[in-house]
Amino acid sequence: MLKTVESRPHWAGDNRRRRNGVACAVMAGVRLIGMTKRFGGTTAVDGVSIDIADRDFMILLGPSGCGKSTVLRMIAGLEDPTEGEVWIGDRKVNDIEPKERDVAMVFQSYALYPHKTVQANIEFPLKVRGDAKKTRELAAREAADMLGLGEYLGRKPGQLSGGQRQRVALARAIVRQPAVFCMDEPLSNLDAKLRGETRAELVALHHRLGSTFVYVTHDQVEAMTMGTRIAVMNQGVLQQVGTPQEVYDKPSTTFVATFLGTPPMNIFPAGSLEPGNHLVGVRPEHLTIDENGRLAARVVLVEQLGHEVHVTCTVIGHSETRIVVRTSAEATTPREGDEIHVEAWAHRRHHFDPQTGRRI
Amino acid sequence: MALARRTRRKETGLAALMLAPSLAILGVFVLYPLGKAVWLGHQRCNSQGKACTSNGWDQYTDVLRSPEFHHALIVTAKFALLTVPLGLVLGVGLAVLADRYLRGIGIFRTIFSSTVATSIAVASLMWLFLLQPSTGALARVGWITRMFPVIKSGLLSDKGTALTAVAMSSVWANLGFTFIVVTAGLQSIPRDLYESAFVDGAGGWRRFTNVTIPMLGPTLLFASVVLVSRAFQAYGEVDLLTDGGPQPQGSTTTLTYLIYGNESTIRNNDGLQATTAVLLFAVLLVLSLVQFRSFDKRVHYAS
Repeated sequence: MLKTVESRPHWAGDNRRRRNGVACAVMAGVRLIGMTKRFGGTTAVDGVSIDIADRDFMILLGPSGCGKSTVLRMIAGLEDPTEGEVWIGDRKVNDIEPKERDVAMVFQSYALYPHKTVQANIEFPLKVRGDAKKTRELAAREAADMLGLGEYLGRKPGQLSGGQRQRVALARAIVRQPAVFCMDEPLSNLDAKLRGETRAELVALHHRLGSTFVYVTHDQVEAMTMGTRIAVMNQGVLQQVGTPQEVYDKPSTTFVATFLGTPPMNIFPAGSLEPGNHLVGVRPEHLTIDENGRLAARVVLVEQLGHEVHVTCTVIGHSETRIVVRTSAEATTPREGDEIHVEAWAHRRHHFDPQTGRRI
Repeated sequence: MALARRTRRKETGLAALMLAPSLAILGVFVLYPLGKAVWLGHQRCNSQGKACTSNGWDQYTDVLRSPEFHHALIVTAKFALLTVPLGLVLGVGLAVLADRYLRGIGIFRTIFSSTVATSIAVASLMWLFLLQPSTGALARVGWITRMFPVIKSGLLSDKGTALTAVAMSSVWANLGFTFIVVTAGLQSIPRDLYESAFVDGAGGWRRFTNVTIPMLGPTLLFASVVLVSRAFQAYGEVDLLTDGGPQPQGSTTTLTYLIYGNESTIRNNDGLQATTAVLLFAVLLVLSLVQFRSFDKRVHYAS
């Protein structure tokens, strides 16, 4: 759907750099320092510090209510932090109005003006800025073409499909050429197939625009596939920041370990596997059914997924400990009620402190 | 097929049974009086309203052409023009002001909507006290009377100001209704729209004109239709405040007052009163249709 725009657009200001044939925004990373947000007595965000480099595709990931959207809204200027600082580029923006922050926001609901045409929706930020009519029209057309919306410019949002509306919201953000794009779960209202396609398009868009993206989601697949880096949050506290692979391979807390990955990482007391009082974490794909395995377990559930099988079992002698083993569909699978032996790959074990849940 | 037809017949019977109560009420209290009024409207009576005879269907055209009807129609239209736009502007203004998350805002919401709970009789008496020449509350405030000397001689008895004064009392009385309807409309506007406009740099006025007003479209249409029909049917305030006067100009003789008022020139003539009432009904019907037609294209209804 993304089309290349060859010629230099009239509306590209002189302060804009250009990459891949597209005008792009001025350089700006985002730096959050000790950000805290309290609503009345509840702390929504608790001392979050993140460095988001210029051109990063930063994912804020966490369950609902973890404070990730509040962080995004503080970057965009929709909420004032109770404590801490927000820097965009080399400016501290705590006291700067959203419109001066050079930030565009895409909302989960898309927030399109239902009474305006697609064209007028896309033009709106430029109209507010005071751009001339001609400039606005060109810019809107270019942004619309980039997202394959060219033929819908005259329609109202109510006449578009969900995916098209989502594109209009994107186009309205792109048209401003902001330094930072804030996106609040922009794909969660799309069906699964469209979501998959749009993920890839957003990544391509990020490459072409060369802007900084801050993207909020609770969907680990979006986080893993789209982000250059992921910041995992839980209950207002930042858990870990890293590349998707780092966060997956070396989770810094049991929360991160179990939040990323389906089925989630098995975490159980070390005793049954190795000496010590710590917690051991092993991903389901790093467990093998092996008659010499050290973990004796009773199969309670076998789930066939076609390409793989999830075997859920309880550890014999520790019946409250449930583990899930992921095996190939080709292998002979046990049946419910069977007693099996399981071995954990030695170099794929994670160790956590039982009190703090932190990685050891 | 046969079964389907039988069930449909059964359902039709059941539907008729369930509709019967509301049909009965509608028939007795709306349709029958309407038919009766239309019938009465063609009865020619003498000046005492006695000795009425049928065979006067041209009475409708006679009334339509009469100067009394024209005068009352113009007064009514003026009354509507004075009350409806001002009522809408004030209602929207107050609702927008009160649509904030502030401590104690509930008190203001209650005050602003309180006129809904005030009967037109009470409201009119209150205004009568306020507007009394020389003894009224307004007449006692020095700087107001210096600014508007007409208050001393009586706003309601001056042929230039009487209609405006009555209109203001009506605006006040209807404000609560507009306030409540618009407040409900405001609360149904998604907050995202405001936030998106805010991030895009739109200031307060721009958000008001680009988000609030268009999103209130259906609400404003509804409120304006109701306010127009209320203005055309306003009777209590005219009757209590001015009695259609000052006379002999009949400065506040609206259509309803012409039909029903004590000082009306046709007060004893049942036939003429009915004719005028039916014509008022027709005027209102046409007005409402025109409003819906002309607004409907411009009003956005959420999908």
